[in-house]
Amino acid sequence: MTGNLLEIRDLHKRYGEVEVLKGVDCTMAQGDVISIIGSSGSGKTTMLRCINMLEEFQGGSIRIDGEEIGYETAGGTRRRKKEKEIARQRAMTGMAFQQFNLFPHMSAAENVMLGLVKVKKMSRDEARSVAEKWLDRVGLAERRDRFPSQLSGGQQQRVAIARAIAMNPKLMLFDEVTSALDPELVNEVLQVIKDLARDGMSMLLVTHEMRFAYEVSSRVIFMNQGRIGEEGNPREMFHKPQTERLMEFLKTSTFN
Amino acid sequence: MGYTLNFSAVWRSFDQLLWGLALSLGLAFVAIAIGCVLGLITAFGLLSKRGMLRHPARIYVTIIRNTPILVLVLFTFFALPQLGIRLGKIESFVSTLAIYSGAYLAEVFRGGLLAVPNGLKEAGLAIGLTQSQIRNSIVMPLMLRNVLPSLSSTLISLFKDTSLAAAIAVPELTFEARKINVETFRVIETWIVASCLYVATCSVLAALLRQLERRMSIPR
Repeated sequence: MTGNLLEIRDLHKRYGEVEVLKGVDCTMAQGDVISIIGSSGSGKTTMLRCINMLEEFQGGSIRIDGEEIGYETAGGTRRRKKEKEIARQRAMTGMAFQQFNLFPHMSAAENVMLGLVKVKKMSRDEARSVAEKWLDRVGLAERRDRFPSQLSGGQQQRVAIARAIAMNPKLMLFDEVTSALDPELVNEVLQVIKDLARDGMSMLLVTHEMRFAYEVSSRVIFMNQGRIGEEGNPREMFHKPQTERLMEFLKTSTFN
Repeated sequence: MGYTLNFSAVWRSFDQLLWGLALSLGLAFVAIAIGCVLGLITAFGLLSKRGMLRHPARIYVTIIRNTPILVLVLFTFFALPQLGIRLGKIESFVSTLAIYSGAYLAEVFRGGLLAVPNGLKEAGLAIGLTQSQIRNSIVMPLMLRNVLPSLSSTLISLFKDTSLAAAIAVPELTFEARKINVETFRVIETWIVASCLYVATCSVLAALLRQLERRMSIPR
């Protein structure tokens, strides 16, 4: 045991001929909040999606709490773990998506309850009280019986975050969670994430909100063409970028 | 023309028509229930990444959808016994209609499955659901809502297709009407009454399905 919450070693990911991750290494301790920035196509979202096996990867390893994710090597051959095992490992992380992806035929509370009942095997009553607690935490207690179609984008994203957090994950993954929102709805979602960070939740965020990344992160990773281009604490990264590429990227971003 | 409508002969045999209608409904119900299961399995087959599942599903749908149902009915009833498969006329017709509806419903279900956004399945995976939990709790309920409007028109055409059972002397509504026609010579009256029974039944079915659609619709 190294004591790291997340340990990514030499991660390689290809889509056919195209290599999108060309050897990524990254470690993260309990309570870290890491923002991943970079231009589109640099591999940030793909890296996030490898961590919960929404994407397969061809080389390298990912460990959460020391446990190897997705693949096992036996007798020199690398094999994908069984679907059930992968489902269990996925529940170690929670994920919020750019498009919210709430289940449209379920109310806000039912969206949160589904995983609690099916995966955590809670009774419906127990699941409902957990769901209500988390909906309250994201400020949506009185909207718990609304359907996604009856909620604003910001409210939907908060429900989606509650749905992920309620599963009590070790690590939260946020994939550009404010990119699909109208500007006036961005802050309510960022506030929820800030609160979680303050409570010590370990988080990996892919984001285009540079100001937010600067304020909330303990570390920032700049992805460039499938590799980590630069990483460090937000102050150094944003005020004294070391590489040409990061300098250029920050110039075109909205930080200033 | 000098033809005076006289329904009294038809009314005397009305209970025969009603028994025929009951059998038509029974045939449709059993055949479509089996057809739904077949259609669902086939729809998943059509969308499978594995050729072993996809190709048989595609061949089944293609053959059945390109053969007139009357030909299928006659084939099952007259040709299969020559090959050693002997079925009673009702069993023969029900299995034909089941296989036929399975092919049509497969296409309906396939469309409904394709309309479920991938992101929802990913959201299910991300909270640790297994593939079968995602299928049961997310994909199927949404698919059903997607297909209900086109499903009801398919179900109504399949109900009307039960009239083809008359070709192999299954005593359903059309067969009974033909019998009354022959016995009473009241041609126009008999077929008017039979048509009205079909129209009324289809309207009730359509209304019930619309009700179901409303009840299952997602609040806006």
